[in-house]
Amino acid sequence: MGKTIAEKILQSHLLDDGAVVEPGNIVRAWVDVALLNDVNGPIAFRHFANMGGGPVARPDKVVLVCDHFAPAPNAPGARLIGDMRRFAQEKGIEHFFDVGKGGIEHTLAPEQGLIVAGDLVAGGDSHTGTAGAFGAFGTGMSWAGMAAIMMLDETWFKVPESMRFELRGKKAPFVTGKDVILRVLGEIGVDGALYRSMEFGGPGVAELNIDERMAICNMMVEAGAKTGMVEPDAETEAYAKAHAKRAYTLVRADADAQYASRHDIDLAAMRPMVAKPYSPENVVAVDAAKGVHVDQVYMGNCANGTLTDLRQIASVLAGRKVARGTRAIIVPATQQVYVQAMKEGLIEQFIAAGAAVTTPTCGACFGGHNGALDDGEVAVATVNRNFKGRAGHAGAQVYLANSYVAAAAAVAGEIVDPAVL
Amino acid sequence: MIFEGNIHVVGDHCDTDVMIPGRYLSLVEPCEIAKHIFEEVDPGFVKRVQPGDILVAGKNFGSGSGREHAPFGLKGLGLSCIVAASFSRTFYRMAIDLGLPILTCEAAARAAKVGQRARIDTASGEIRIDRQVFRTQPMPPFIQEIIEQGGLTAWVKAEVARRRASA
Ligand code: SF4
Repeated sequence: MGKTIAEKILQSHLLDDGAVVEPGNIVRAWVDVALLNDVNGPIAFRHFANMGGGPVARPDKVVLVCDHFAPAPNAPGARLIGDMRRFAQEKGIEHFFDVGKGGIEHTLAPEQGLIVAGDLVAGGDSHTGTAGAFGAFGTGMSWAGMAAIMMLDETWFKVPESMRFELRGKKAPFVTGKDVILRVLGEIGVDGALYRSMEFGGPGVAELNIDERMAICNMMVEAGAKTGMVEPDAETEAYAKAHAKRAYTLVRADADAQYASRHDIDLAAMRPMVAKPYSPENVVAVDAAKGVHVDQVYMGNCANGTLTDLRQIASVLAGRKVARGTRAIIVPATQQVYVQAMKEGLIEQFIAAGAAVTTPTCGACFGGHNGALDDGEVAVATVNRNFKGRAGHAGAQVYLANSYVAAAAAVAGEIVDPAVL
Repeated sequence: MIFEGNIHVVGDHCDTDVMIPGRYLSLVEPCEIAKHIFEEVDPGFVKRVQPGDILVAGKNFGSGSGREHAPFGLKGLGLSCIVAASFSRTFYRMAIDLGLPILTCEAAARAAKVGQRARIDTASGEIRIDRQVFRTQPMPPFIQEIIEQGGLTAWVKAEVARRRASA
């Protein structure tokens, strides 16, 4: 019987060759990467010490990224980042990214060639599934589980059922990968993929570059998914060739793979979408939210602070200004993206339009710093969650959208279809 | 393992923010975290729970932010086991790794009422609520092993010792 992408990647990482990779079974496996940040890392280090501590089994597999509280907004944040620095030094962890050295983990790790196609990636952060854009199986893990991986170089996985999403057609102007996943969330809901792997394939995949695929895989967890990936193609391979620091494998599903459900998406029939407060499943076409006044527009995060996003923003902001009464914050996801955007003149253009541009950080995405919202404020953001209270005050409202829609809202001061700006 | 206790009930999509508000994330001791479980929505909850009691929940229990403090606090409160129509997978994983047994059973979750008695056999998957009997998937043996040792920390210690002995 044929296998899904998730099943094949698990199969190639088994500790016991005799284990049967079938949905529902528990298997013991090794991972290629253990990804920790400055929120879950310090707690995982505590579990690690309680488990007996000592040397990390495979320090070369551990990637430590300071992104949530970087640069530290206050003393508790500075302590967390200090914990990361000390652990890296003590355990000889080479892949440690301090303030100014990296960016947001999910964009940074693949860009640095540390996550490659065919990998099995465990992370303390729930958005570890973003690795699916690069053909890897990424999943969020308990923090005790992350410590166990550092102790033993192994972990356990329950083999997920898989869902298949077939993309076809040519996407219309201003439609992006973000809209694909928002549409799916609107259709299946926030528990529509519970425990499952969401696998995207079909001819329409070629319409989406790697950056746009990141937006899709990033938000699979918003549907409850364990993992998910875009089926690797020539684009995936070109990326792997240019970035990978290890051998990579392009893992595709068998034609007769067993899927729990199949879904068809015609890109040509899609419009830019927004998810209204307070749930990522609360999705409507942008026109249905037209005219909503916007106090702040936040453009950035682990999946939508890419070069593709910055170019999309620039195409809207060109020759225009951020509206009076509205503020715009733009955060490139990594130092490399930042530098490239500078070379292309995008950063200068953003500043000329009246936007704030800051160093890579999670910051306002989780309401921590760098642009948190006050009571009663309304924002459009290219992030992934609009839960009550996540972006700052519980009385603030966030609309999730793609970078074109966000930039158009910054210019108009209200939600508007970028096609008619 | 077999657990018997009084039932407490919560509804669908109960998220980790409701279980333990963000302002308590700096707490690390389970008994300290336990004092604040469901504080905003049901301030009396903590007092009503007796050690060994069983929590029965609707679907998608533990959704939202992946937050270890939530299962840690529920365990610290003395709850012996959680049955739900479904769990968010991060919560499911975190509960097991912290040694808190959990079973998925939609029928039992829908039938249970506050104050009834439950008897749960994690090895056979049998759930008795007063006189009604429900059957669900038992916890897989490997997971039972982790739970029986009280969580992943003890399991890892034992595994390290096993490896040393065989080296
Ligand atoms: S950018 Fe936002 S969603 Fe991404 S890792 Fe940071 S806080 Fe999480």
